[in-house]
Amino acid sequence: MKAVCYMGVHKMKVETVPDPTILNPRDAIVKITSTCICGSDLHLYNGLIPTMEQGDIMGHEFMGEVVEVGAGIKSDKLKVGDRVVVPFTIACGNCFFCKRQLWACCNNSNPNYWIAEQMMGYSPSGLFGYTHMLGGYAGGQAQYARVPFADVGPIKVPEGIPDEKLVFLSDIYPTGYFGAVNADIEPGDTVAVWGCGPVAQFAIRSAFMLGAERVIAIDRFDYRLRMAEAGGAETINYEEVDDVVQTLKEMTGNIGPDRCIDAVGMEAHDHGVMYMIDKAKQMARLETDRPIALRQAIQACRKGGTVSVPGVYAGFDDKIPMGAFMNKGLTMKTGQTPMMRYMKPLLEKVESGEFDPSFVMSHRVPIYQAPQMYKTFCDKQDNCTKVVMDPWADGAMAA
Amino acid sequence: MAIYGITRRSPLGIALAAGGGTLALLGARRKPSENNTATTSLLINTTPQEAYRFWRDFQNLPRFMNRLQNVTVLDNRRSRWTAAGPGGKPVTWEAEITEERENEMIAWRSLPGSDIEVDGRVEFQQAPAGRGTLIKVRLQFAPPFGTSGTIAKFLNKGASFVLRQDMRRLEALMEAGEIPTTAGQPHGRRDLVTGLMRAADPTRPLPRGTNLTDALAAGRRSA
Repeated sequence: MKAVCYMGVHKMKVETVPDPTILNPRDAIVKITSTCICGSDLHLYNGLIPTMEQGDIMGHEFMGEVVEVGAGIKSDKLKVGDRVVVPFTIACGNCFFCKRQLWACCNNSNPNYWIAEQMMGYSPSGLFGYTHMLGGYAGGQAQYARVPFADVGPIKVPEGIPDEKLVFLSDIYPTGYFGAVNADIEPGDTVAVWGCGPVAQFAIRSAFMLGAERVIAIDRFDYRLRMAEAGGAETINYEEVDDVVQTLKEMTGNIGPDRCIDAVGMEAHDHGVMYMIDKAKQMARLETDRPIALRQAIQACRKGGTVSVPGVYAGFDDKIPMGAFMNKGLTMKTGQTPMMRYMKPLLEKVESGEFDPSFVMSHRVPIYQAPQMYKTFCDKQDNCTKVVMDPWADGAMAA
Repeated sequence: MAIYGITRRSPLGIALAAGGGTLALLGARRKPSENNTATTSLLINTTPQEAYRFWRDFQNLPRFMNRLQNVTVLDNRRSRWTAAGPGGKPVTWEAEITEERENEMIAWRSLPGSDIEVDGRVEFQQAPAGRGTLIKVRLQFAPPFGTSGTIAKFLNKGASFVLRQDMRRLEALMEAGEIPTTAGQPHGRRDLVTGLMRAADPTRPLPRGTNLTDALAAGRRSA
């Protein structure tokens, strides 16, 4: 089959690899109809998360049709022919954490848990196509994928709804929603969202769904700010203001945003000296992350407010304003999304026509264009917000 | 750099982990001692009854203890164990149960005159508030080559690591019904360094009789 493989920093390649096979009784094989590049894949593309290896198959946002199931899958759970969206987290369904709905913290899905434990104390769940530290599972930017514990994760979706309305259920739509849920939004709240990428776009709309009065979105790309405005947000282009925290203060009558959502994560941009220092430290591997958005979120948040962090952080961060965090009595909530908590209710919103997530898609291309799309997405060229790839489209075999 | 380093599979770590597990099986003729003990405890979402029953049937142990190849139950108290020794040579010994309380604990020891000397003990405790069962394991083994002090501590760390990995496989087996794996999944072209690293991965002990060339090839072939 064709698969997008990591061949080194800034080097993605579509390679011909063997088709996946069932390796465990609760596996299924999914023939992929749509697969996306996630913003978090760009952290891998930029070589900033340890334990990627040359030849690893990328991708954790995909959907398709079940073509084979293992002997341990009961037919009422999943069967050949089912159309499914596969969540990016892998969960066994029966450990301490799965029983508490902490699906992204599953204790049994990461065969390389011991590598993650060295860095984090305990290992989160395994993920598709996202470093060996987090499982080393072959990803879904391919024509087929093997899905472990397939009776827990994949959600069956009806025929008749196009892929682009469904495929974002695999990660970014629930992740944006979870970011808003974690912000503990109350009626009347002002919510500030750092970043206007796809997760942020869903967080903005979810914040309104959950009762926010105002949403203020922060980014530097006009096309992304306009998309946030279309979702009802006010916007700040941080390249045009001196100080984001001060601007938010002025916009909220000196109170500050009640809830702050960092949908940027470890590769934040900014102007000024601090940014240059972070950038240099990250390049020298003295710091894994550039936590600029997180610092601003903590500084800007109103006293007693909540900081929610759906943005991805990898390791160790410098100069987190713990003093502000403690003295203002803030709450922080974060985590990889417990997907199985939100996929079903969010699918219902799509089915009923209440919400159409397809607005974030800017590019729909054959999979052989993946290497150049990684660059386009990373460099924010061509007004790129979200790339959806068809592994079977004409030309895919030409790669 | 340090962050990067600790998350890579360090060759030294691998050597120690693999060496500790294997050398422990060499077994010089010395008594197992307090200084050469691997212990771990693990909370598993199951009942003490189920965990006890699974463990008490020693034939189940090779399903999660990777270095064990086979356990044959000889009678109610005695069993014959076969493990992968150094160079893939099988090492065999007999063990007998020295103490057991149903659903609570099992203790066993290798019989005098065995190639290797290991005393083992496992306890099953009901955890509070429906949290499952706390399983505590302790293995004592004779120090290989009569080593002691610093080297023994290193080896001991290796043995604890191996034991913990075994126990995590037990957890997966009991809770999920299977042990997570990526062995055999597809991937793109690997480079030589990646192939070497994968071949030396202590979570995937090499099959019997593998030589370096095969190991490299295997590392590059399977994920």
